[in-house]
Amino acid sequence: MEPQVLPAALAAHAPALLVMIPLIMSAPAAMIKNGRVAWVIAVLSVGAALAMALEVFLATRADGAIWSYAMGGWEPPFGIEYRIDALNAALLLLLGTTGFLALLFAGPSVADEISRGKRSLFYSAFLICFAGLSGVASTGDAFNLFVFLEISSIATYAIIAMGWRNDRQALTASFNYLVMGTIGATFFVIGVGFIYMTTGTLNMADQAQAIAAMNGNRAVEVGFAFILVGIGLKAALFPLHQWLPNAYAYAPNFVTTFLATTATKVAFYVIIRYSYDVFSVHTGFVSNAMIWVITPLAIAGMLVASTQALFQNNVRRLFAYSSVAQVGYMMLGLGMATSLGLTAGMIHLINHAMMKGALFMALGAFALSYGIRRIDDFKGLGQVMPVTSAAFTVGALSLVGVPFTVGFISKFYLIQAALDAGWWWAVAAILISSVIAVFYVYRILVAIWVTPPGESDKAAPKRVPLAIAVPLCVLVLANLVFGVYAEPIVSIARAAADAAVYGGVTP
Amino acid sequence: MTDAFDLLHGINPALFLIAGGVIALALPWAMARKAVMLAAPLLGLAAWFATREPGVYAIVELGPLTLETFRYDALSRIWALVFLLAAFLNGIYALHERSRISDGSALIYAGAAVGAVFAGDFITLFVFWELTALFSAPLIFAAGAPAAQRAGLRYLAIQVLSGVLLLGGAAVWASQTGSWTFDAIGADDPAGLVLLIAFGIKAAFPLMHMWMQDAYPKATGVGAVVLSAFTTKLAIYALARGFAGTEILITIGVIMAAFPILFVIVENDLRRTLAYALNNQLGFMVVGVGVGTPLGLNAAAANAFVGVFYMALMFMVMGAVMHRTGTAKASELGGLFRSMPITGALSIVGALAIVGAPLFSGFVTKTLVLSAVSYHGDVIAYAILVIAAAGVMELSALKVPYFAFFGQDRGHRVKEAPLNMLLAMGLAAFLCIYLGIHWQALYGLLPFAIDYQPYTLDNVIGQVQILMAGAFAFALLVWLKLFPLRGDRTILDVDWLYRRVGDGVVRWGGAMGQLMAGASERGLGVVIGRWTNRLFNLFSPAGSLSRIFPSGLMAIWTGVLLAGVLLVAYFSPL
Repeated sequence: MEPQVLPAALAAHAPALLVMIPLIMSAPAAMIKNGRVAWVIAVLSVGAALAMALEVFLATRADGAIWSYAMGGWEPPFGIEYRIDALNAALLLLLGTTGFLALLFAGPSVADEISRGKRSLFYSAFLICFAGLSGVASTGDAFNLFVFLEISSIATYAIIAMGWRNDRQALTASFNYLVMGTIGATFFVIGVGFIYMTTGTLNMADQAQAIAAMNGNRAVEVGFAFILVGIGLKAALFPLHQWLPNAYAYAPNFVTTFLATTATKVAFYVIIRYSYDVFSVHTGFVSNAMIWVITPLAIAGMLVASTQALFQNNVRRLFAYSSVAQVGYMMLGLGMATSLGLTAGMIHLINHAMMKGALFMALGAFALSYGIRRIDDFKGLGQVMPVTSAAFTVGALSLVGVPFTVGFISKFYLIQAALDAGWWWAVAAILISSVIAVFYVYRILVAIWVTPPGESDKAAPKRVPLAIAVPLCVLVLANLVFGVYAEPIVSIARAAADAAVYGGVTP
Repeated sequence: MTDAFDLLHGINPALFLIAGGVIALALPWAMARKAVMLAAPLLGLAAWFATREPGVYAIVELGPLTLETFRYDALSRIWALVFLLAAFLNGIYALHERSRISDGSALIYAGAAVGAVFAGDFITLFVFWELTALFSAPLIFAAGAPAAQRAGLRYLAIQVLSGVLLLGGAAVWASQTGSWTFDAIGADDPAGLVLLIAFGIKAAFPLMHMWMQDAYPKATGVGAVVLSAFTTKLAIYALARGFAGTEILITIGVIMAAFPILFVIVENDLRRTLAYALNNQLGFMVVGVGVGTPLGLNAAAANAFVGVFYMALMFMVMGAVMHRTGTAKASELGGLFRSMPITGALSIVGALAIVGAPLFSGFVTKTLVLSAVSYHGDVIAYAILVIAAAGVMELSALKVPYFAFFGQDRGHRVKEAPLNMLLAMGLAAFLCIYLGIHWQALYGLLPFAIDYQPYTLDNVIGQVQILMAGAFAFALLVWLKLFPLRGDRTILDVDWLYRRVGDGVVRWGGAMGQLMAGASERGLGVVIGRWTNRLFNLFSPAGSLSRIFPSGLMAIWTGVLLAGVLLVAYFSPL
């Protein structure tokens, strides 16, 4: 691969460094007692990972480009292969960008929420989680993928539990997630076992070739079922989403911001990778699973989770349920099993990271200033924190899909894809879910802008620190800019979808 | 002079209004702002006159989309002209008001209405459509009272909903036809139906009309004048463009024209009465569109044109009355003729124009509608329209001057309306008379060439008969004391439902949230919840613990899902 932005010596190993830098730097971060220094280490290592991701992204932009990197010089299929095409390159770039922005926000937010002695450990765990997610997104080896999935999950359980200082329910939320996440991971590894048993290889590209040759093998189908359900749980596919609302609601604000923008997305990527590349979406059992399992669950998720969001009083829980509904939108795009549908799903994947990033970051800013989380506490916030409230409003409107925001672009492409597939009922479901979204967003916005402030004293808010204001503004602007000028996002998503559907070659 | 004029050729007049509005929003000095308020519509008018050749100007290429932002043709020009004139009148009428927000938003609102009329494609239409929604709402919010705030939010919600429907319908329409051009649509397929509903909301179709009676009377005095001119007439334009000759519109229009009769009688708030009168007039226009013949469309256009002026005049009168007395309630007004003689006289001009007395503008347009319907051969529609003309139109028109300026004297001793208000009302009244006498000028503007004589013997006699019947009915109602003369009653229209639903859903959501927290905690609705509990009790020894720890439940779901995928895979063809 030609070096793009980095020096050639670094660029040659970008896929490995992407994962290794955060993973290795977690050790010094854990050993240093000073939380602020640990934060700097984390920012620098995620920044480096972002640079690597950019390198990888630019290198794989050409049609059909696949960057196969042999870990440690052991050639695949015997060694571990890192295999990056336009699909996971887009995901890695998203992961790096949102991770970096969220980490900037973490500085003041973590200092506020996590006790002094735990901060460096917290950053260390976060780096492990980040490395795990990057590993999942870049590896081409099934077992390696499982290992990274577990690395990221275990670190995630730890950092969610760190929210216990705000609310002890964080502990039960984390424990529940641990139990459920382990079930998901177990299912996944069972599925991998089935595939390994039948194909005799763990390299995913190799597996794909072997599977294509053994049409009708029931063991392969069982393996697929286990993998789909296991990763579906990680991706919060309805009704396997029940770990998510509490985890998002009680984790520290920074963790929620990071997870909401990345974790389910990575799992969603794994589903795409397996159903399109390892298995083929043209085989009967995969395409039927798309139509009869993924699509109905996607639509059920869109409707039920949106309705549940309507009934929440805790704002972060509300947006957590909304996230489940948004996963439904992505899954719907996947379920169409067309190039257009997958493109729409990828567009929404990227756009959803922007809107939820902005929303949870604004919530973090509110929490930092007032320590509030219930809708009732939002009364009159528009008067005391107008700028943050405006940023929140933009994110909320984007979530609803108001034109000139990215949310509208997502829905526009999704509806077009549904019409192209002739799925009128899916369009109806999208519209109904959007209307429900209008209501739950309306509730909050009315509290912020219309209802006068309550009795409690809101006279002297803490100023929103620059480390929060800057990433928040970046995300809000992204919501607006890409809502008008959608071409970059759409082309990235289209390249990603083409990579999955046609193996990277645009027909 | 001609050079300067040629320079304006092909420039969208909406740009002047919107630019003026943005400037007015930023200008802190009231005098400068007022100058902008007057100059921007005049510049827009100049641009309107400078563009003589019909055609599509200012085409913007946006990726794969071609936006026709300035389609100047026979149908759009008359609507644009009346909007520009109305914006100018509003500028004069609002001269005394010191509110930056209202000034700026009123101009942008007017500009957006002009822009929407000139839009040649759905995207442009949608942008301006939403702009009219966004920038009309501040005119309601400006009234300040909590009731107005809530009404403004409801208004905004329903207007934005209309825009969203428009965009959704247009997207489907474009994917079917492959073109975003906004032209004849027809209500035959789902996309057309969605678009019809989108337009219908703004045109205040029956059962979608409630936002008007809800919001207009709660706006400021000036705000109601501005609001009455643009939104609904814009919708009539969109209907005329997209749904000319759609038969269902005749039925809808007839219902619109006739149903407000009860409300007009019992309503105490005179501005609400006017909102119902507006509904009735929109009905006449919708019928014209539904007939769809050149005469019918001409009738709709002519009614919209003169309707803007006489309705604005009536709302201006009520605005002036409110400005001086602070109320618009029939039960608290009366005998103002002594204190505000000029306003009172102008209100009579407006009333005569509304009822369509010969020599007033209403006459030359109303006869057009009635003729269009009778040539179309729809006898029932004709009969109902005549009754509606006598009943609703006259009752509402006579009610305002009678209860405000005559009737029982309530002892208001106030000054005459401010000079600028009188000037604006005078101009509007002048137009009401001028267009009634020089009807050729009006007919010359109409979208289709027309050979029609309004002042024939049977037209005049027919209209005078209607007038007499209406006046008789009004006198009878006064004599029988059937008009409400005291008390503040809320009239139950469907808007009650709408207000309740709008606010209620939110409150209900909050209340239900607490009740249902337990149920939704488990991640399932009540019905499914019962089933999963059974499943859970069946499979799990933990039992009631599931309420706190959802992990056991989810493990079961995982299993169920796995079974589902396996079954699907098992029954799949190879």
